[in-house]
Amino acid sequence: MNLKLITKGILKENPTFVLLLGMCPTLGTTTSAMNGMGMGLATLFVLILSNMAIAAVAAQIPGKVRIPAYIVIIAAFVTILQLLMQAYTPALYETLGLFIPLIVVNCIVLGRAETFAAKNSIAASALDGVGVGLGFTLSLTVIGAVRELLGSGALFGYPLLPSGGITVFVLAPGAFIVLGYLLVLFNKIKR
Amino acid sequence: MEYILIIISAVFVNNILLTQFLGVCPFLGVSNKVSTSAGMSGAVMFVMAIATLFTYLLQYYVLVPLHIEFMQTVGFILVIAALVQMVEIILKKISPALYQALGIFLPLITTNCAVLGVAILVVSKEFTFLGASHYLNLAQSVVIAVAYAAGFGLAMTLFAGIREQLDLAEVPKAFRGAPIALITAGILALAFMGFAGLV
Amino acid sequence: MVVALLVITFVAAAALGAVYVFTEKPVEAARLAKINKAIAEVTPPFDNSPSDEVKEVPVDGRTLRLFPAKKDGILVGIAVETASTKGFGGLITLMVGFLPDGTIYNTAVISHTETPGLGDKIDKRKSHFSVQFEGKHPDSFKLAVRKDGGDVDAITASTISSRAFCDAVERAYRAASSGSGQWQ
Repeated sequence: MNLKLITKGILKENPTFVLLLGMCPTLGTTTSAMNGMGMGLATLFVLILSNMAIAAVAAQIPGKVRIPAYIVIIAAFVTILQLLMQAYTPALYETLGLFIPLIVVNCIVLGRAETFAAKNSIAASALDGVGVGLGFTLSLTVIGAVRELLGSGALFGYPLLPSGGITVFVLAPGAFIVLGYLLVLFNKIKR
Repeated sequence: MEYILIIISAVFVNNILLTQFLGVCPFLGVSNKVSTSAGMSGAVMFVMAIATLFTYLLQYYVLVPLHIEFMQTVGFILVIAALVQMVEIILKKISPALYQALGIFLPLITTNCAVLGVAILVVSKEFTFLGASHYLNLAQSVVIAVAYAAGFGLAMTLFAGIREQLDLAEVPKAFRGAPIALITAGILALAFMGFAGLV
Repeated sequence: MVVALLVITFVAAAALGAVYVFTEKPVEAARLAKINKAIAEVTPPFDNSPSDEVKEVPVDGRTLRLFPAKKDGILVGIAVETASTKGFGGLITLMVGFLPDGTIYNTAVISHTETPGLGDKIDKRKSHFSVQFEGKHPDSFKLAVRKDGGDVDAITASTISSRAFCDAVERAYRAASSGSGQWQ
């Protein structure tokens, strides 16, 4: 049962490939496998903590101010993440830039708060956060790896193709096109 | 003259949707029809202009003087959420027609990352005006926010036009829906790359 | 209803304040470590602490920071933290090291938002573009790309980034030549 909470976020309800949520960071930060993974882990961090906090207080929050209250909780964890990243991983913080504060408005985080954490126990919500967060991280790493391989001829920074790559894949159009084709692949496999 | 340059740069060269990936969710979600796209774009422009005005004031008259710049994310999102609520209530009272047109999009806008993204961008980045570069003042911030929103609207409406045509085309099964939309967006982004170096 | 929201906001603000106090020192240390690392990269070996002897020089309405590198009390190099806003993606920040006679010793990119695979080649880890500046004296090596009549070979397909790089180095040279008198 508990294991299912984690695996469903990775495959059956994968936030990127199945639910198409959180598209902005998905497209914006996946210029390399490392950056994609960094963004995924940053979101995972916020997702687990906000899920747990919201599960803990949901019963005390009146329905009308539910959404603003969730947003405050999520924004607080995002700011904590910003401060921690500035202190301990400043290089990654700079690379991901604007997309770190934008985790606040990532529909995945608010979506899980509303549909799962508000109605479940703290432990279950934490596991749900782990599952969905891992699914997101995995997707972003895969997209980043494909774009890095095609665009710079490298993988996690190690050069693989001596000829370099087709630059357009690390630029904006490449983001849309790679994600589009990966979705096609995902659809084919699922069927 | 310099205003024309920042407007061109914000609408075409640095289009928030196709080069900076802000606001992709509504871009893919509600861009099936030209009319809904135009409505969404209007609502975004409205909220973005007001939100940028208030977040600018918050940044320079509250956060910076008190040295609590780290509260930026929390402060900005609260301002935006409150504004969206207020705009909704006020519109309902004073202009039912406008509310009919924009109202259904308003709740979606709080979580539209383009609004928060642009609000953070205009206070955190130096912009270049004819050689000299500096942080924006209030008027320039609002102008650039409106210009970014116009770029969002342009990309969104263009894209909706293409998708209306796509509906009539024979698309292979695995490509239907989001995949073909994303690939189309990619080609549109390629076209927008042509504007690079224009300003 | 209002009380619930107030309590949540209050708790969140208190938690943030606590984390801010806790991370303030590491954030500052990380910032300083980055600057110090860049200084060490662009100057000959030194035994002083350049970031404690920083001097600020205004150039073109922007304040550049000069860090003197000394060995046994003698100036061996000057690191200049410089920037250009003419980059393709916006601001490019560099550390440029000069020898006391004005020769460029080395350069390091501190931050940039140039296009991956194109403009990011200004970074030494990505291409040899910046190597051509080493050992050159700006009096005899014109700091502009060949297209603009200078001596710098631009990165293919990234003239704008190359230009911005030259712009930043040129500004650093002006800052160093106007501000270096203080330590000699």
